[in-house]
Amino acid sequence: MASTASSTPSPNGTLNSAIPDGPLPEKWTRYKAKAKLINPANKRKYSVIVVGSGLAGGAAAATLSELGYQVKCFCYQDSPRRAHSIAAQGGINGAKNYQNDGDSVWRLFYDTIKGGDFRAREANVHRLAEISLQIIDQCVAQGVPFAREYGGALANRSFGGAQVSRTFYARGQTGQQLLIGCYQALEKEIAKGGVKMYTRTEMLDLVVVDGHAKGIVVRDLTTGEITSHAADAVILATGGYGNVFFLSTNAMGCNVTAALRANKRGAYMANPCFTQIHPTCIPVSGDYQSKLTLMSESLRNDGRVWVPKSREHAAKIRSGELMAKDIAEEDRDYFLERKYPSFGNLAPRDISSRSAKEACDDGRGVAKTGLGVFLDFSDAIKRLGRDKVEERYGNLFQMYEKIAGEDPYETPMKIYPAVHYTMGGLWVDYNLMSNVPGLHVLGEANFSDHGANRLGASALMQGLADGYFVIPATLPNYLASQKPGTVTTDAPEFKQVEAEVKDRIAQLMNVKGTKSVDSFHRELGMLVWDKCGMARTAEGLKEALAKIPKIREEFWKDVRIPGSPDGTNMELEKAWRVADFIDFAEIMCHDALAREESCGGHFREEYQFTEKDEAVKSGYTNPGEAMRRDEEFAYVAAWEYTGPGVPPVLHKEPLVYEAVELSVRSYK
Amino acid sequence: MNLTLKVWRQSGPTAHGRIETYEAKDIPAEASFLEMLDIVNTGIIEEGGEPIHFDHDCREGICGACSLAINGVPHSKEAGITTCQVHMRKFRDGETIWIEPFRARAFPVIKDLMVDRGAFDRIIAAGGYIDVRTGSAPEANSIPIGKEDADEAFDAATCIGCGACVAACKNASAMLFVGAKAAHLNILPQGHPEKDKRVLAMVRQMDAEGFGNCTNQYECEAVCPKEISADVISKLNRDYAAAIVREAVAE
Repeated sequence: MASTASSTPSPNGTLNSAIPDGPLPEKWTRYKAKAKLINPANKRKYSVIVVGSGLAGGAAAATLSELGYQVKCFCYQDSPRRAHSIAAQGGINGAKNYQNDGDSVWRLFYDTIKGGDFRAREANVHRLAEISLQIIDQCVAQGVPFAREYGGALANRSFGGAQVSRTFYARGQTGQQLLIGCYQALEKEIAKGGVKMYTRTEMLDLVVVDGHAKGIVVRDLTTGEITSHAADAVILATGGYGNVFFLSTNAMGCNVTAALRANKRGAYMANPCFTQIHPTCIPVSGDYQSKLTLMSESLRNDGRVWVPKSREHAAKIRSGELMAKDIAEEDRDYFLERKYPSFGNLAPRDISSRSAKEACDDGRGVAKTGLGVFLDFSDAIKRLGRDKVEERYGNLFQMYEKIAGEDPYETPMKIYPAVHYTMGGLWVDYNLMSNVPGLHVLGEANFSDHGANRLGASALMQGLADGYFVIPATLPNYLASQKPGTVTTDAPEFKQVEAEVKDRIAQLMNVKGTKSVDSFHRELGMLVWDKCGMARTAEGLKEALAKIPKIREEFWKDVRIPGSPDGTNMELEKAWRVADFIDFAEIMCHDALAREESCGGHFREEYQFTEKDEAVKSGYTNPGEAMRRDEEFAYVAAWEYTGPGVPPVLHKEPLVYEAVELSVRSYK
Repeated sequence: MNLTLKVWRQSGPTAHGRIETYEAKDIPAEASFLEMLDIVNTGIIEEGGEPIHFDHDCREGICGACSLAINGVPHSKEAGITTCQVHMRKFRDGETIWIEPFRARAFPVIKDLMVDRGAFDRIIAAGGYIDVRTGSAPEANSIPIGKEDADEAFDAATCIGCGACVAACKNASAMLFVGAKAAHLNILPQGHPEKDKRVLAMVRQMDAEGFGNCTNQYECEAVCPKEISADVISKLNRDYAAAIVREAVAE
């Protein structure tokens, strides 16, 4: 499986992960030593398209421009500063070991592999852990105002799935501060002319010429104009697909279109069933709801999660007869502390989410709908004082109060899991290049680093690692094989894709049905949340796979898009995205059905530990915990699109573990 | 609850706008303001009309996209929140609500309630950054920064670039936006080398974009969803004065 860094791109259709030779800790160093370079005078002859301006895309666009490439960057928002990376609250991991608490690159690597339930690629994750050090340096130099100690050194806090404090943070808005650092670097390059920025512009399709990704077709969201853009390489940094569930913590505009279009043009979609349900979100309150709001995982540092021990008490809380404070200490079930004594409230996200679901399924939920658990700060306020709690979490408490209408200093928050992040994404090799040569995929849009579950504060780390440090080193490997500027938008492939895009828009406009786009999106979302959400069964997934084509048929028969495609038309934008979500949902359910095991965020009810299993008898794990089946499923599932209405074809990349031993994940 | 909405409708950048009236019926008090508009829009679409266009994205108060003036106040009369964080429980049943875009010469209307805030990006591009090439950074803890300075820089850095400060100002001044960025970067030691160049370039770009002057009304501070203090404007004025003197002496 090992190939050298300088190998030529894998031919379309095979899965060559291009992992460099050598011992794990030396792979990235060796890769860089051998990787191809492009001399400074030639760099400016190469053009690169970057789609997306979040941490991955913005960092890539800025850095590639600094290096001398001609960059075109696209985002659907009105400014690159608004990409959804901005909403990340808690922090970014870096193995600096500033706390002297035993952290190291190895430990961050190991925590991430284990947190991902042994379904990520060792070499990529080790590289990520190595680069985490440089990211912190870079961000500080840009002026990112991380939290500091009185002596002037950087502060850290702990996060789920780790027993060291390695998370750097900027109050509850780390994502916004990192993104602004990245956005400022991008604007600097825009001013210098190295990056041409296209805001309010959405990629609607990928153009492949002679098997290589050479451009994109976009729609100007203000004028409605459809145009083509050609380049020597294409980078997608378009985020995740969480909005397939309709309700998620993603921004309203987040969508799967770029990734799905690439999939339809030949790029494989990897592990789409690995979706992260975040344990601490504000519970759903009604069917008018448009999105869910995350409460940072950092709150679990000081907040204690509990429900009443008895269903009677829970019922009385739901009806308003009792308040949280009326429940005596001995009548409370701090279920995470009980089940996972060594990690307690900082158990990883998948495990914490499932535990909350179990408590609510048991009739002990505390929100009106029955779907909610307490996150209680009264002990922290007693221990640290209100001021300290306010300093740590003030803006999060304020946000909660605005939305929920309750004051968390006085009464515990109510939280429930919600779709938050997607570990799956387009398949990439060690170069972050998909199986379509020239098409590179960064950040949440690729599948590469988080396996079946992502640890907190690792998404920001991966986005910036990919954009600032990985792609600048790996892109020349591809570009060196390409003569610059050989493909232009005059190529017939561009005309063809442009015609297909215009045709699809005309089709959407011509449906002239009766139902709003949102109504279809909501229907799809409820279906996949129900059948492919926190718990999945073969039966349920088959049911979803039978229903999705009906939603699609109904959509294309009865959707109503008012107005004209020539100009701003938010219903048309949503309709295109929802049509793609419908197609994507099918791939996701196929993947969930084919993966007959439970791992990380993918929990198949058929595969869980019971009292009969040795690991339970010995006390190593609990009944109900996820049961992986390494012998059959230690692989990356990469799905090839083979035509409309035809099930996708599965390709497997075996996951080979050289440095770590696969074990049952225990956080007890 | 039932409400009457008076909404600014404008079909395109060059079209004439007008106020139109809509009835918002059976709105749950727990809904957010934008969810109320979603409900109204669904009704408009089902009746064959064109929905009310507005900018929005994260809907959790951080991306800075949403930009409605509600009853004449950018975002909300409630302190420290964005439009998307306004909830209907704050309104009375039967109330009439006026909804308009953020208005300023430098923010032309695109459609209905959407405006073009590209001028803010161009101000940042002029100098709102620290010019540090990726890979050239020193070790992160090699520059100690006292907690007070770090906190002060952070307070200024919380700006989300929404433009409420401009929309609230009778002169459509962008001084709070520019002052916040200048303060964030000028307070930090990493930002010192480019301090003068930064403030001169940003202020000149701000003027070129057609923003007005500051006349100390503090409307900007009152509507800022991140409650950035107008002290950053005084600091910008001091930094600008020092920079212009040094520039003159150098010439």
